[in-house]
Amino acid sequence: MSRTTVTLTNARLIDPETGEETLGGLTLEDGLITARHEGVAEGIDCGGMCLAPGIVDIGVKICEPGERHKESFGSAGAAAAAGGVTTMVTRPDTEPTIDNPETLEFVARRAREASPVRVLPMAALTKGRAGREMTEIGFLMDAGAVAFTDGDHVVSDTKALSRALTYARSRGALLVGHVQEPILSAGAAATSGKFASLRGLPAVSPMAERMGLDRDIALLEMTGARYHVDQITTARALPALERAKRNGLDITAGVSIHHLTLNELDVADYRTFFKVKPPLRSEDDRMAVVQAVASGLIDIICSMHTPQDEESKRLPFEAAASGAVGLQTLLPAAMRLVHSGDLSLPQLWRALSLNPSRRLGLDSGRLSVGAPADLVLFDPDAPFVLDRFKLLSKSRNTPFDEARMQGRVQATWVGGTQVFGDPLGGPQ
Amino acid sequence: MGFRQDHLLGIEQLAPDEIGEILDLADDYVALSRSADKHGDALKGLTQINMFFENSTRTQASFELAGKRLGADVMNMGLEASSIKKGETLVDTAMTLNAMQPDLLVVRHPHSGAVDLLAQKVNCAVLNAGDGRHEHPTQALLDALTIRRKKGRLHRLSIAICGDIAHSRVARSNLILLGKMENRLRLVGPPTLMPAGMAELGCEVFEDMEEGLRDVDVVMMLRLQKERMDGGFIPSEREYYHLFGLDAEKLAHAKPDAIVMHPGPMNRGVEIDGSIADDINRSVIQEQVEMGVAVRMAAMDLLARNLRARRAAA
Repeated sequence: MSRTTVTLTNARLIDPETGEETLGGLTLEDGLITARHEGVAEGIDCGGMCLAPGIVDIGVKICEPGERHKESFGSAGAAAAAGGVTTMVTRPDTEPTIDNPETLEFVARRAREASPVRVLPMAALTKGRAGREMTEIGFLMDAGAVAFTDGDHVVSDTKALSRALTYARSRGALLVGHVQEPILSAGAAATSGKFASLRGLPAVSPMAERMGLDRDIALLEMTGARYHVDQITTARALPALERAKRNGLDITAGVSIHHLTLNELDVADYRTFFKVKPPLRSEDDRMAVVQAVASGLIDIICSMHTPQDEESKRLPFEAAASGAVGLQTLLPAAMRLVHSGDLSLPQLWRALSLNPSRRLGLDSGRLSVGAPADLVLFDPDAPFVLDRFKLLSKSRNTPFDEARMQGRVQATWVGGTQVFGDPLGGPQ
Repeated sequence: MGFRQDHLLGIEQLAPDEIGEILDLADDYVALSRSADKHGDALKGLTQINMFFENSTRTQASFELAGKRLGADVMNMGLEASSIKKGETLVDTAMTLNAMQPDLLVVRHPHSGAVDLLAQKVNCAVLNAGDGRHEHPTQALLDALTIRRKKGRLHRLSIAICGDIAHSRVARSNLILLGKMENRLRLVGPPTLMPAGMAELGCEVFEDMEEGLRDVDVVMMLRLQKERMDGGFIPSEREYYHLFGLDAEKLAHAKPDAIVMHPGPMNRGVEIDGSIADDINRSVIQEQVEMGVAVRMAAMDLLARNLRARRAAA
C-alpha cells in the first residue's frame, strides 16, 4: 500500500507519554509520524474514535517451526493486525527450540515473508531450554534476538542461571523470566484454595510465585542483569517487586490480560480454555494486580498468546494443555479495565505500548513526531459478542468465546502502511 | 418437582429433595434385594456399559449387580487410562461407545472432571463412579442411606470425616451431601492431607483425632490413598496409625451410639483397627456395601425414567 503522506484527523489521540487524551490528528509520511495537530484539520476523518500507538506484545507464541497447524506467522500476523498489535515479540519455545542463530534467522525470514506486523524474536536463554548451558547470546543478538527466555521452563540450576545472567549483563541482553517455583508448581492445574479443593484439581499455592521472584531478585543483586518478569499474578509477589525496583535493580514486570480480567472461578466446570500458566488466581489477587498496573508497579500487559489445537484442549482439565490465544482479544479485553474505571486509556496504553517499547529499546509506543507510524484506530465503546470461530488465529482457544466485549479495532498501521481495516480515504 | 437430572455427575448438582427421592426409592430396593425374587424390570431393554479407566472391583461389581437386578443388559469395559493413551482420546472413546447406543454409561476415571467432559459428548445418561479427586456421588448417597437408616434421620447430626481428605473424592461428595442436608461437619486429619479452604466451606477442621471425634454421631473413616500420593505426606504408616488410626480409645470420645463407616477397601492397622472394623455394634461397613447396590439401582432407575421421557418427547 501507499507510503505517501496521509493525514488522520478528528481523532481522540491517546498519548501514553504525556498521559493525555486530546482531539487532533497525525500526519504519516515515510513510515513515521511527521506532524501532529490539535483540533480538526484537512484529512481523513477518524470520526472522533481513539487513535493510539500500536500494541507491543511481549511473549507471543507462534508455532513455527514445528507446529504450523496451530499457528503460523501469517495467521498470527493477521490476528495481530486485527487486534491492533503492531509488534509481536515472539517466544522461542517452539519445536525445535530457537536456541541458535540459524534457527533464529529462519524465523526472522518467515516473519518477513508472512507477517503484516513487526516481529521481534526472543531466543532461548539455555540450549534446548534445558536449563544447563547458556545459548550463544552474542551471536543471537547479532541475528536479531531482542531478549532471552526459556519461557515457562524455569532454570532451576541456580549456578547455571547466575552465569547466564552475568554473561547476559556483559552483552547488555534482556532476560525474561518465569518466576513460578518449579517444584512446588509441578503438576498444578489450579491455584490452591476452596475452588481447587472442591473441583479436586491438583493445585499450587500462590506463594510459589513469590518464591521464584525472591530467588531471581537475589540473583539480580548478584549479577546486575537486565530482567523482565513475564507475569506477576499474585498479591503476595508485589511487595518484593516494589522493593527490588526501589533498590534500583534493572527489573520490570508484566502480566497477561487473562490474569487481569478473569479469575479461578471462571474455570467453572473444568473449562479447559481457561487453563493457563500460571493458573488463574483468586479475585483478591486479580484486583491487586490490576491496582499494580494502575500504579505502574507492573509495567507491561501482554496477551501471552499461546495457540493450542482442539485435541490438546479437549481432555480432562489436568491433562489438557495450558495457554490461550490473545492477540485479537487483547485490546477489547483490556478495555474492560477502562470501562470498569480501573485504568485511564493513557494508563492502559502505557502498559500495552509505551513501556514494552522502552523496555526493548524501541522507538515505538509514542505519538510524537519522529516516532514510527505504528498506530491503532479503535472505537472504545463498540459492543460485540465474541465468536471464537471468527478469530484469525489458526487455533481458537480463547476464554472469551461468547463473552460480551466492548472496543473494536477499526484500522491498524505498521510503518505508515494500513494493515487492517477498511481502507481509509487517501491514495491507496 | 421430582428428580430432574439427565446425569449423575456429582452431588453438587443435586437439590435436597432429589437426594431424598433417590434415598426413598433405594429403601424400596433394599427390600427387593432382600426378597426371594430379586428382580425388577425398571431397566428392561436398556444397555448399561461400565467404563472403568481405573481399577475397581467393588464399585464395578455393585453397579453390575444393580443393573442386572433391574433387567439391564450390562457390559463391563476395563480401560486402564494408559492403554487409551496409545491412540484414542477420552472423547474419541466416548464417541465410539455412543455409536453403540448405550442407555446408561457408568464411568470411573483418574482425572477430576473427566466424567463431566464425557457426559457432554454422549446422548445417554452418565453416572460418575468416581473421577480423580473430585466426586463419587453414589458413595455419598449410599453413606447417606446407611446413616438415615441407622440414625433415623439425615439432618442435625454431628459427623466426623477422618483421614486422607486431600486425595478423597468420597470425602468431597460426602461433605457436599451432608452439608446440603444441614449436618455439622468435622474434618479430621494431618494438615498435609487436608485440602485448602475447607473452613470456608463451613467445616470445622481438626488436627487432633480425639478432639475431632468429641461427641459425634457418625465417624467416617477414609482409606489412606497410597496410590494417589506423590510422596511425603506422612512420615510413616505407623505414626499415622498412632495419631489418626481409629481404635477403641479414640472412638471413646464419640457418642456411645456413634456408628463407624468406611468406604472400603480398608487398610487395617493403618487408618482403622481391625477390632473396630469388625465390631458389629459399631461398624456399619457391611451395611454400606448392601446400601450401595440399592442406591445404584435407584439412581439408574430415576435416570432411566428421565431418559425415556426425553426420548419420548423428542
